Amino acid sequence: MNLKFLTLVLLGLVFPMAQAATATDSLVVYSARNEQLIKPMFDAYQKETGVSIKYVTDKAAPLMVRLKAEASATPADVLITVDAGNLWQAAKQGLLARVHSKVLEKNIPAHLRDPQGRWFGLSVRARTLVYNNKRIKPAQLSSYEQLADPKWKGRLCLRTSKKVYNQSLVATLIARVGEAKAEKIVRGWVANLATSVFSNDTKVMQAIAAGQCDVGIVNTYYYGRLLKKSPDLPLSLYWPNQTTSGVHVNVSGAGVVAASKHKKAAQAFLEWMSGATAQRLLADGNMEYPANPAIKPHAIVSAWGEFKQDTINLSSAGRLQVKAIKLMDRAGYK
Amino acid sequence: MSTATATPTPAGIGAWLNVNIGLWRLASLMVAAVVAAPLLVLAMAWLTPDTEVWRHLSDTLLLGLVRNTLVLLVSVGSGVLLLGVGLAWLTAMCDFPGRNFFDWALMLPLAVPAYVLAFVAVGVLDFSGPVQSVLRQWLGTSVWFPPIRSEGGVIAVMVLAFYPYVYMLARSAFLNQGHHMLETARVLGLNAWAAFFRVTVPVARPAIAAGVALALMETLADFGAVSVFNYDTFTTAIYKAWFGFFSLGAAAQLAMLLLLFIATAVYAEQRLRGGSRYHVNLNTGEILRYRLKGTRALAAVCAASVVLLLAFVLPVSQLALWAWGVIGEELDARYLSFFGNTLFLGAIAAVLTTVAALLLSYTHRLKPDPITQVAVRISTLGYALPGSVLAVGVMMSFVWVDQHINSAIQWLTGEAWGAVLTGSVFSLLLAYVVRFMAVAYGPVDSAFDRIKPSILQVARCLGAGNMEILRRLSIPMLRTGLLSALLLVFVEVMKEMPATLLLRPFGWTTLATRIFEMTSEGEWERAALPAVTLVLAGLLPVVLIVRRSAK
Repeated sequence: MNLKFLTLVLLGLVFPMAQAATATDSLVVYSARNEQLIKPMFDAYQKETGVSIKYVTDKAAPLMVRLKAEASATPADVLITVDAGNLWQAAKQGLLARVHSKVLEKNIPAHLRDPQGRWFGLSVRARTLVYNNKRIKPAQLSSYEQLADPKWKGRLCLRTSKKVYNQSLVATLIARVGEAKAEKIVRGWVANLATSVFSNDTKVMQAIAAGQCDVGIVNTYYYGRLLKKSPDLPLSLYWPNQTTSGVHVNVSGAGVVAASKHKKAAQAFLEWMSGATAQRLLADGNMEYPANPAIKPHAIVSAWGEFKQDTINLSSAGRLQVKAIKLMDRAGYK
Repeated sequence: MSTATATPTPAGIGAWLNVNIGLWRLASLMVAAVVAAPLLVLAMAWLTPDTEVWRHLSDTLLLGLVRNTLVLLVSVGSGVLLLGVGLAWLTAMCDFPGRNFFDWALMLPLAVPAYVLAFVAVGVLDFSGPVQSVLRQWLGTSVWFPPIRSEGGVIAVMVLAFYPYVYMLARSAFLNQGHHMLETARVLGLNAWAAFFRVTVPVARPAIAAGVALALMETLADFGAVSVFNYDTFTTAIYKAWFGFFSLGAAAQLAMLLLLFIATAVYAEQRLRGGSRYHVNLNTGEILRYRLKGTRALAAVCAASVVLLLAFVLPVSQLALWAWGVIGEELDARYLSFFGNTLFLGAIAAVLTTVAALLLSYTHRLKPDPITQVAVRISTLGYALPGSVLAVGVMMSFVWVDQHINSAIQWLTGEAWGAVLTGSVFSLLLAYVVRFMAVAYGPVDSAFDRIKPSILQVARCLGAGNMEILRRLSIPMLRTGLLSALLLVFVEVMKEMPATLLLRPFGWTTLATRIFEMTSEGEWERAALPAVTLVLAGLLPVVLIVRRSAK
């Protein structure tokens, strides 16, 4: 007994953090979305329900490895990350639990969530075209595919294919037109590049504004952020594929961790996240579109106009991600 | 006096010190085991090779990646050698206007993370950046500018970011070498250049090699800077395997190949050095410096200023400008705790790692038997691994230990605790020791190299005990080496991102993780405030320690 006691005291001294959250009035979130975005939501949730939320932020891949390694001992209850590809992977690795929730199924459209209920999109990001409105007219544009046309030679700017947003874009392209045709399109893009690919969307837009190229593909919130800072830039958004498949959209989303000890509380939190308060905070905090169609986007975001979105289920982006990366490697898209 | 002639390797100072080598060896092996565990966890990946990812990589990218990596190694290696040794020679052995200032100022770029330098360079110098925009306004749109997002751009940024490793170690080696040897060389008829190349540099070789090795390992492990330039290296393949194909196995296999390469290179360098010994008398007298005059003095000032401007003053000014723009919305009381956490982790990790490195190095000297040698080699490899990969290795070994602690706790109390090590400050500190052992070991070991065994022998004859020798002789003689080790680890820990992100306790934010919060969603300019704070925090130890080691 003495030995046990002594060991416990020693352990307690060395590892003060040891007692992980076991009470039900707190949840643990692993998040690949950044602190400044999620913290206001967590604070609001605590104010409303009394449930406090502890969190750790990192990139999606290390968080998933951590979940997998910790297995049944994990303190995590909820995983939040960007991109359907990441969510699909987490589900495939068995890290996420199935959730059957009337609230979530009502609030989140079917193409923005896992058909098996393991993850739910919570905000929508549209990956669309942006062009220099001093150099070209919107009538010259039509679709993602058309950017492969030789008339855009030396006029296209793209972000690196290492970014998961482009991987998802190409994955849904494969799902739509098949691998051979998709590869032809991507090769066309590469042939049209004005300069080597950029490391982020903002740089793509700055290059377009500076006249290094005329058109590129970016997520709309980067556009919103850049224009907020420099409203005079000659940049406009264009919604492609409006007569065909629609604009490629992706999500940031969340799922309940399979090994969570507080699945009910975690589900309640997800349901709250699909409701008005959280949707506002999540979408407006980063100028994204709310996943819940009942919530209108922020005024700045609405001003970019309405568009038809691609309603292909986003799990295909995950399923075809590896194919997409290989395709882009073959096509020389760096 | 020091010699570079080959004498047979002695059996180690332990042979005549008559101390309890067993205890030292045991302690060292334990340290080595802790450091090696994450590498072993990663090496296990080779048990199940991921052939699909491998085939794809070898079909498409691998050749180009290997080529790029080699180009980077050779160019950055020569660059840091030239800048590091050249500048160290200037400030340690020559006198010119401003020498006192450049002496410590040239170490400042150490506090600027390579990825920060990279994003500032691209932000300022790219086509859409301010410099080229203004030039186009003045000179028309046809003006040509060397593309910054290019091979040359990456090399330049890395050389500027990593030369301080060589500068710092070469500088303290030159200072310790003193002037006597050089005078002897001059008396024997060598001119200044010949004396430099045939005496000063060869004698400082262990230190210079340690510095270059650190710079090259940093180059190999870098992911931040190369991804700003979208320059594909071997690390790119590792991340592609993991983040793209979600094959941590393939990523670990690639990482292990990288380590094999490093281990071979390090081994080759040591073999080339052969049995040469590098002991020098501790220089006690005033250093007589070459007084540079006229154009030579001007050239020295110019060289030092240009490097300092490009590697530190300009990028930090740009950061400060960006930071000023967001200071209103970004700066709040929490920054005090970010700052505090960063310094706290840096200081403790620096002490722990340096002590561990001292232990390893001393044991190695007591008795360089094969087991100890292997232990030392393995425990200094981790630095060349991309941070995230090593962090995962560390995390997985902690989780494994946790599971066992938990079953013990369950036996004791009847209920499990969940994570014990994972997510504690303790585990984070341990991860830093694992990651930065090489950083501490290099300076400590090369400082040990310069101590003549005869001094220790004399102390032994006079009846000093083992601890007394370590405390009263070795440690004072190792002072500059130990200070270098402390400083380097301190600054490295402050800049470290992936392990800190993965292993920190809930709610812990450091300046580096704050940078991550911004850059993860592409808000580079908002990251300027934590970045500039990080640089300022890094200045504290740099200035403090340089002052103390200056002569």
